[in-house]
Amino acid sequence: MTRFIERHPAWALILLIAVAVLLWLILAVWPPGLEEAFGRKRVFLNAVFNGITLGGLYFLVASGFTLIFGLMRNVNLAHGSLYLFGGYIGYAISVWTGSWILGFIVAFIGVALVGVVLQIVVFRRMEGQDLRQTMVTIGLSIVFADLMLWAFGGDFYQIQTPSWLVGPIELPLATAVRSSGEAVYLRYPLVRLVIFAAAVIIGIAMWLALNRTRIGMMVRAGVDDRDMLAATGVPIQLVFVAVFALGAGLAGIAGVVGGTFQSISPGEDTRFLLASLVVVIVGGMGSIPGAALGAVIIGLAEQLGSVYIPTYAIVVTFLIMVLVLALRPQGLLARR
Amino acid sequence: MFKSCAGLVALSSLLLSGAALAQEKIKVGVTATLEGTYTVLGEDGIRGHQTAINTLGKKVGDKELEFIIASTDATPDSAVRAVRKLIEQDKVQILLSPLSGDEGIAVKNFAKTRPELTFINAASGAQETTFVDPAPNFFRYNMDGAQWQVGLGKYAYETKGYRKIATVGEDYSFIYTQVFGLVLEFCGAGGQITNRQWVPLGTKDFASVIAALPDDVDAIYLGLGGADAVNFLNQYQQAGGKAHLMGGSIMVDQTILSAKGNAKNALLGTIAASGQADTWEDPGWQKFVKAYQDAFPPNKRFPSPSLLATNYYGSTMALILALRQVNGDLSNNQAKYREALAKIELDAPNGKIKLDSNRQAIGTNFVTEVVDDGKGALFSKVVKVIPNVNQTLGYDPAVFSKIGLPSRTVPECKKY
Repeated sequence: MTRFIERHPAWALILLIAVAVLLWLILAVWPPGLEEAFGRKRVFLNAVFNGITLGGLYFLVASGFTLIFGLMRNVNLAHGSLYLFGGYIGYAISVWTGSWILGFIVAFIGVALVGVVLQIVVFRRMEGQDLRQTMVTIGLSIVFADLMLWAFGGDFYQIQTPSWLVGPIELPLATAVRSSGEAVYLRYPLVRLVIFAAAVIIGIAMWLALNRTRIGMMVRAGVDDRDMLAATGVPIQLVFVAVFALGAGLAGIAGVVGGTFQSISPGEDTRFLLASLVVVIVGGMGSIPGAALGAVIIGLAEQLGSVYIPTYAIVVTFLIMVLVLALRPQGLLARR
Repeated sequence: MFKSCAGLVALSSLLLSGAALAQEKIKVGVTATLEGTYTVLGEDGIRGHQTAINTLGKKVGDKELEFIIASTDATPDSAVRAVRKLIEQDKVQILLSPLSGDEGIAVKNFAKTRPELTFINAASGAQETTFVDPAPNFFRYNMDGAQWQVGLGKYAYETKGYRKIATVGEDYSFIYTQVFGLVLEFCGAGGQITNRQWVPLGTKDFASVIAALPDDVDAIYLGLGGADAVNFLNQYQQAGGKAHLMGGSIMVDQTILSAKGNAKNALLGTIAASGQADTWEDPGWQKFVKAYQDAFPPNKRFPSPSLLATNYYGSTMALILALRQVNGDLSNNQAKYREALAKIELDAPNGKIKLDSNRQAIGTNFVTEVVDDGKGALFSKVVKVIPNVNQTLGYDPAVFSKIGLPSRTVPECKKY
């Protein structure tokens, strides 16, 4: 942090001002002039919250993607299919047992198993051959998409939110002041906040596991130099399988999350593959904090875009990607 | 030896069945949105189509009808692709297509390039399809989106006392047409539309849209359909929305009213208008509902047919009845058949239907209100029945054409 300020004092100042302005926009009650020019504060606050919570979902998908890439250097273009498959499993389980939580657990395990099979049957056979792996995963994603269309049809599925999560809660953020002087507080869907909190917890747990445990140390060593790690006697194939299972399982969980506050249907696989590609390109391939930052940026861009410039909302995300590729092609938080 | 014997048997049975099928067939291509946002709509459309075949049979004189179904996803290019495939690969002679608004405009334009074939609109309801530069071989036996809103604006203003409303709709031609019909009547009566929000077809995350809904209006009009509508209602419930709602024709429809979960309960008491009402007493309607219910097991259908089922039923009915009138004669580029189609008056389940000079339906419209049947199922109850609704909505054609084509901002909120 201090190094960053020392090296780029101008940028640090701009960042500081931006953060201060954002905080003021979120915390203060807007003066009437601003509301007139910029729309109501409630809309802005909601868009910001929606962007951040959507970022939580993107993070869940993209973190698995970036983890697998970071360690094994393979670009798994079937990652979107794993997301969709997780969503379908979560739906089936939650309908069958009536338990939302169980849906997450089974989706995690089920999709992680698919990941294990993929790693053992497909990726191990073509280790280090990037192009072949990429082509094979594209092929697999098409096969998976058709299999799922066959099994689940073209319909939309929505996973029912458990009743204790339905409805809004009031947040201590004033959006307006009534003429009586009483403040109007922001009401926000509880389920999105819970899911965002879960994403944050998973993110921190992953960071801790990578940086504070023995296995995490192996994984990090593997990222830096696979051959050397293998030479020291670590069962590297086992580490690969475990990481692939974890990454796939996270995509499965994300599928259940996506099915809860949006919905799942054919085509979602490519949508989320594309989203996680953009997220990891912006954040930096192979970096977990990068995935988190990229996810929040893309989520915010999508939601703020859909409110303030609806016609061009789709362009904004790609514009960000192009800018990052032009100015910092390795991604915002890539390791040097 | 055994193998060759079996082969011979198989071959001869093939030949035999060929002989049995020697009777001439008329091939009809059907498209429906069996993918994407409007999947449930397409599926129920096909159920309506099947119900019509069950009721009327497939025989036309000594010929037999063969139906080939192709899937689309509500985008115009998917519809044209499906129609081309049906014509070029399956060699169909008549088309029953398409389901959705933008598809309709594209298929109408495509129809002009195949003047030797006949196109019968299945369910699409954009105004432009038959109002602007209509194709001589394109027939539409359902009303357009604006006709389906007739009666709603007045009912909202006069009976419900709504003065200011805002609209949220999917950003494409059919919903433009629906809002067009609503605005003309509501603003004509003196009401105000404060805000029109448009969301892309297939929107998943409505949270920001819901947040941007104004508070200072009497009601919010929802022009959404299929998965979009269900997504919207779920997120509306999660955001704790409480406003009065008004619904478009595919919003207050069995495709939404029988969706899973309890978010749809937000629609209780919602007023809407459509080409049908679930609880209409008319014997013809009741007979159709019964035929629909008998044709499919309860878990494979809705409690009552959706607007799409009714439209596909009506268009299939027109297709078969007109074909019977000419005894299956499709010679001379189907000239006789087209004449019969243009003249036919349908006794459809949702009222009498006849065509105007643009081959666009003039029919009956219904203002409805959503009620609970006491067992948790939602239905649309008739409030008002309006017969003989034409495409210019009762306006003088000269005045009507000055209003302009339905779009995000047309018509303006004023009295025309």
